[in-house]
Amino acid sequence: MNDPVDVLIIGAGASGAAVAWSLADTRMHILCLDQGGWMNPAEYPSTGRDWEAKFFGEWSSSPNIRGRPEDYPINDDNSPIKVVNFNAVGGSTVMYTAHWPRLHPSDFKVKTLDGVADDWPIDYDALTPFFEENDRMMGTSGLSGDPLSPLTHPPMPPQPLGLSSPIVAKAMNKLGWHWWPSDTTVATMDYEGRARCINLGHCTPACAQGAKSSTDITYWPHAIRAGVELKTHCRVREILTNEHGMASGVVYYDKDGIEQFQPAEVVIIACNGVGTPRLLLNSVSGKFPSGLANSSGLVGKNLMFHPYAQIYGYVKEPTDSNRAPPTCLWSKEWYDTDLSRGFVRGYGVQFVRGAGPVFEAVTAEQKGILPWGADHHRAFRKLNGHRIGFSAICEDLPEEHNRVTLDPVLKDSHGIPAPKIDYKISVNSRKMMDHALARGREVLEVAGATDICINAPIPWGGWHLLGTARMGTDPQRSVVNEWGRSHDVKNLFIVDGSIFVTSGGVNPTSTIQALALYIADQMKQRLANLFD
Amino acid sequence: MNELTATQRNDLRTVAAMIIPESDEYRVPGADDPAIQADMLRTLGRDTALVAKALDHLADLAGRPLAELDDAKRDAVAREFRANGGAAATTLVRVVLQCYYRDDRVLRSLGLDLRAPFPKGHVLPDGDWSLLDPVRARGGTLRRAP
Repeated sequence: MNDPVDVLIIGAGASGAAVAWSLADTRMHILCLDQGGWMNPAEYPSTGRDWEAKFFGEWSSSPNIRGRPEDYPINDDNSPIKVVNFNAVGGSTVMYTAHWPRLHPSDFKVKTLDGVADDWPIDYDALTPFFEENDRMMGTSGLSGDPLSPLTHPPMPPQPLGLSSPIVAKAMNKLGWHWWPSDTTVATMDYEGRARCINLGHCTPACAQGAKSSTDITYWPHAIRAGVELKTHCRVREILTNEHGMASGVVYYDKDGIEQFQPAEVVIIACNGVGTPRLLLNSVSGKFPSGLANSSGLVGKNLMFHPYAQIYGYVKEPTDSNRAPPTCLWSKEWYDTDLSRGFVRGYGVQFVRGAGPVFEAVTAEQKGILPWGADHHRAFRKLNGHRIGFSAICEDLPEEHNRVTLDPVLKDSHGIPAPKIDYKISVNSRKMMDHALARGREVLEVAGATDICINAPIPWGGWHLLGTARMGTDPQRSVVNEWGRSHDVKNLFIVDGSIFVTSGGVNPTSTIQALALYIADQMKQRLANLFD
Repeated sequence: MNELTATQRNDLRTVAAMIIPESDEYRVPGADDPAIQADMLRTLGRDTALVAKALDHLADLAGRPLAELDDAKRDAVAREFRANGGAAATTLVRVVLQCYYRDDRVLRSLGLDLRAPFPKGHVLPDGDWSLLDPVRARGGTLRRAP
């Protein structure tokens, strides 16, 4: 048996890294286990001539396609949106677009404002200092002063507008609609040991330059220097409990596949909206027959994805193509509820700059706008380097039938039951997507775009995994309390996207990490009576 | 399955040329070019099984080697294959495209750099920031939360 630790964190991604770093100043013995390992930027796709092809294979965003030893399979056959993630130190921050909006203050009071879903048990103001702290740690770039977004103070200037942004901006100005340069975690100047962005373009499947912030190069070096221990290639199978109903530690498989028990005084789960319910549902015992922390029956339920409504087209002017980070601008024009639109809540928009030649060829052929045969070359030259895109991140409301369960057959390489996803896009979300597509078409047409194509939803667009262990003050209606502690198990905490009550209409990583820092701060303030 | 049979390789060459033929106008080879075909076969890897399945499907539709069909029949087979070939057909087409659009001659014709993005990267124009003036002028307010 391993020596006991004070705090055991499961998962070294966005939230696990943040909570580890924050708790390090307590000088407690903190251990983090991650099923993945350290990535080597020298092997990232943009270092090779086959950089685009890798996105369809070993660097696919889908774990089912990628199939690295560190990945676990996910049965998402019964969902129009497929789960995408990355399993390594840094988690899915290794493989994300680095778009960095926050939830809005109104997102925390959805029930009060709009009469749907539930209010969060905390408000935006509670997270404000942690948003700021997280922005400093992750290193954000952007432009302060957006009238329709929460005020941010990015320490670095925004990305250049490039060629694509002005085309979009002029169209939005003609229509009188809001846009603003996106906050991102792409370093636009040398920052805290990270080199500035040199526009490799292929940001999503990892940044060889280190300009895109991922927690393996931001939080983790600081946390390790502060004494946190991180063990890689350790896959946790289940959390065990003692006779008092407290978590006693975890069973995991080490890098050699040997089963180990790691005792701990406190267990923190940071596996996000699919991994966290999977672990809790796999942690069955006589005292917790339906899974750990699941007296409410809500573990795995209320899965929210953010259905993406994407529409893109091709303008005559050259665009940035793959020569820049993929996202450039956002719009909050349709973020808040306006019932005249026929749906409740709203969506944020991220504009995309373009695509590389292989991605362009593959997707255009699939859409039927790039023909086979003699006309192929002319058509490709019209499309390649001329794409602009509009992607709406539609707020998904919590619905219990959208859920993560355990697959009765599918298992990972260690024999641990795999997660199964059952998910349907709601009528409200579908109306929202239709509205977004119509607005996107207007923008593209004003910009002069032709050959307009639609992905609604983006099939492999399940980046945002939220709501499956929601927070709240009522133990019958939530899994963790207002500071992340399980209602059922007093030394078990959850700090990832699964504790979201509602999803907002923005990329959630900034808010996930602010929540993790907030929960760490709450724990530090209560160390003397943490389990009361 | 680790590699394609000779028959499958022949059909791959034929269908690749149907997707992207040689062009004198743009001074580019077709996707049946020997160097591009060699790249496909060398890097097929995890796609081998689906590509082989796609080629077998093509062979079933054609009833004989694709190259022996007349143009009209071959086009009909191709349309049927692309419409109903599922993931296997999609994979085959993607393999052809991803190898074609990294060939030096093709990239040169498109005016693209013959290199990996890293370490040189790209230079991006800063753009006209006065475009934000109308947005600032319109203003707006963040929805209040109680």
